[in-house]
Amino acid sequence: MTTSSVTIDQKHTISVLVKHSFNALSRIVGLFSGRGFDIDSISFGQGQEPGLARITITTHGDEQIIEQITKQLHKVVDVLKVHDLTYEPYVERELALIKVTSSHSIRSEIMQIVNVFRAKIIDISPESMTIEVTGSEDKVTAALGMLRQFGIIEVARTGTVALRREYQGET
Amino acid sequence: MTPEVATLPHRQRTDESRESWQKAVHAGEALTGAEIFVKTLLDVGVDTIFGYPGGAVLGVYDALYKTPELRHVLVRHEQGGTHAADGYARATGKPGVVLVTSGPGGTNTVTGIATANMDSVPLVVFTGQVPSGMIGNDAFQEADIIGITRPITKHSYLVKDVNELESVIREAFYIASTGRPGPVVVDLPKDMMKTSAVYSGKKHVAIPGYRPVTHGHHSQIAKAAELLNNAKQPLIYAGGGVNLGDAAEELTELAEKANLPVTTTLMGLGGFPEGKPQSLGMLGMHGTWYANMAITECDVLLAVGARFDDRVTGRLDGFSQKSRKIHIDIDPSCISKNVEVEVPIVGNVKQVLPELTKMVNPPETSDWWQTLNRWKKEHPLRTPKLEDKITPQHMVQRISEVTNGEALMVADVGQHQMWLAQHYTFNQPRSMLSSGGLGTMGYGMPAANGAALAQPDRTVFCITGDGGFQMTIPELATAVAYKIPVKIAVMNNGYLGMVRQWQQLFYGKRYSHSVLKDVNPDFVKLAESYGATAFRATTPKEMDEVLEKAMAVNDGPVVMDFHVVEEENCYPMVPAGAALYEMVESD
Repeated sequence: MTTSSVTIDQKHTISVLVKHSFNALSRIVGLFSGRGFDIDSISFGQGQEPGLARITITTHGDEQIIEQITKQLHKVVDVLKVHDLTYEPYVERELALIKVTSSHSIRSEIMQIVNVFRAKIIDISPESMTIEVTGSEDKVTAALGMLRQFGIIEVARTGTVALRREYQGET
Repeated sequence: MTPEVATLPHRQRTDESRESWQKAVHAGEALTGAEIFVKTLLDVGVDTIFGYPGGAVLGVYDALYKTPELRHVLVRHEQGGTHAADGYARATGKPGVVLVTSGPGGTNTVTGIATANMDSVPLVVFTGQVPSGMIGNDAFQEADIIGITRPITKHSYLVKDVNELESVIREAFYIASTGRPGPVVVDLPKDMMKTSAVYSGKKHVAIPGYRPVTHGHHSQIAKAAELLNNAKQPLIYAGGGVNLGDAAEELTELAEKANLPVTTTLMGLGGFPEGKPQSLGMLGMHGTWYANMAITECDVLLAVGARFDDRVTGRLDGFSQKSRKIHIDIDPSCISKNVEVEVPIVGNVKQVLPELTKMVNPPETSDWWQTLNRWKKEHPLRTPKLEDKITPQHMVQRISEVTNGEALMVADVGQHQMWLAQHYTFNQPRSMLSSGGLGTMGYGMPAANGAALAQPDRTVFCITGDGGFQMTIPELATAVAYKIPVKIAVMNNGYLGMVRQWQQLFYGKRYSHSVLKDVNPDFVKLAESYGATAFRATTPKEMDEVLEKAMAVNDGPVVMDFHVVEEENCYPMVPAGAALYEMVESD
């Protein structure tokens, strides 16, 4: 870029409606790795119609990189729609399952943190607990940070899924 | 070349097999996958396939045996097949078609597919695959060719249901040839060719999410016209899109109406006649001095079907800093990718240019033209000539004269390619076939075969080097077998010339592994052993005699081994990392 005015990396959430096929998913992941774009998280699941899937990608980059990402996504034949949600109101959620060590003595302390994050305990054993946290990526990361002190055994995160917010209020 | 394919030896067949075949081709009838394959190919207008048989595609080859109207050209290596199909496609605009077997057959096509992808050439490559039940078992000659070629194709298909075969083939041709063209791979498991399905004959193709834009936005075109109309130092920079989009005529109309200077990229050569006064020749790393200075000094730059490649722009912060930029391209992702433009116009150049021409009035440019003409006079391309030795520039100039600038020239990659681009006067579109983006050595010989088969009425030259020629020299056998009258001019300097030039200029003359002169084959003897006509020339006088003799050979390939000055360098040259105006003009 000869004259790039904006060079600040911003987080972007891009929602892509594609044909439900591994070929589509491979092409999209491949174009990120092949062109040196970053993927912070990616989720793939069935869309509103059979045969279609929705891929939600969170990434970051300056204006020019994000423009290239959306243009390159549009070029993939199996892609039907590309939506960069960043510039409009949208709702996003990520789900994480976090397994922490929890001996009898610290169980209640963990449960307090779980309550603060409005998370759930979904499995428990004498030595561990598995906690389900749902929310924005930031919230999940914060919960993870708070639980780290107890000793995290395993983590599974879904990556962000997002949709545009339809009703934006009267004001 | 004989278009009478039925008389070629590999096409002998019995009348009975032909009759039974003819009976079975009515629409709505159940056919085997292999029969649907050839039937659909014929229906989408395919006349030539470049291929190589093998286990996984025996069924298809059996159907081809019964289909004399589909000309199959047996190449000597699958890479040669993809390059030949690429040459066929660039020469005509029709998709080139390749048929190979699974495993190594597929992997050998990779370089050709990548070459086509970089230069936006429509190809449909059919690869055999192991039977669908065995995919993933590491079966004999199995390779995940869809996975391997995914980053270098526009799209790809693995046919898992024979009922989809016909529509997949139709979609493949549609995708390859529309929008920004490109290669499409169709992987055909062996069992699909035996299984039966109904052939529908339905020509309509609808792919959700694939709608190439053709018409440019009217208000954007008006903005572009306004910029051009008020320009003092305008310049058109035309790329491969003008050739691919068959818009040479439209570009010429615009340039002549408004008297705008035109420079083309390597891929754009022939897109504007170089005999016209508006032509500044090629720009870029080995472009003309005046084209590179014009793009540096211009105040309005109109980019037409070009992608601001690094070989064209040089160092970006020194590229055309004074200009307001307009960019017409069919691929939105090409716009503002490397260089930010003020007026983007997404559309087909053939559709956009006439609209723009209508709104353009000749700007006042007499001062600009005075400067440009002075530059042309003060810094021309130089053609050194010697009495007893052939200089590479002289060789290209003589070929340009002998063919009157009307031949279809196919280049390999290296110094000879750049000298050809500089010193041949290209006056017609689709006349300079060259691997520009990928820079594939070995492209020339097979691509020339494909181009000559596609354009039997045009003189086809292959300009190659002693290095590149050897990469795909077996395709000379293909040229002999099909009596392809391609004229192969080997610029034999005994070196990998471009590598040597860089080693001389930037690596202290240490010619590391770039010397071929003591180990080259005798190209005349080699060509003769293939059954080709061959000549050698070491002086300008011999060169003239050889060219005259070669022009008279029309029943097969002729190889001209031109021994040229060994350590000649290609100038002007923009060193890597330099700006266009920092050209080096001589040693």
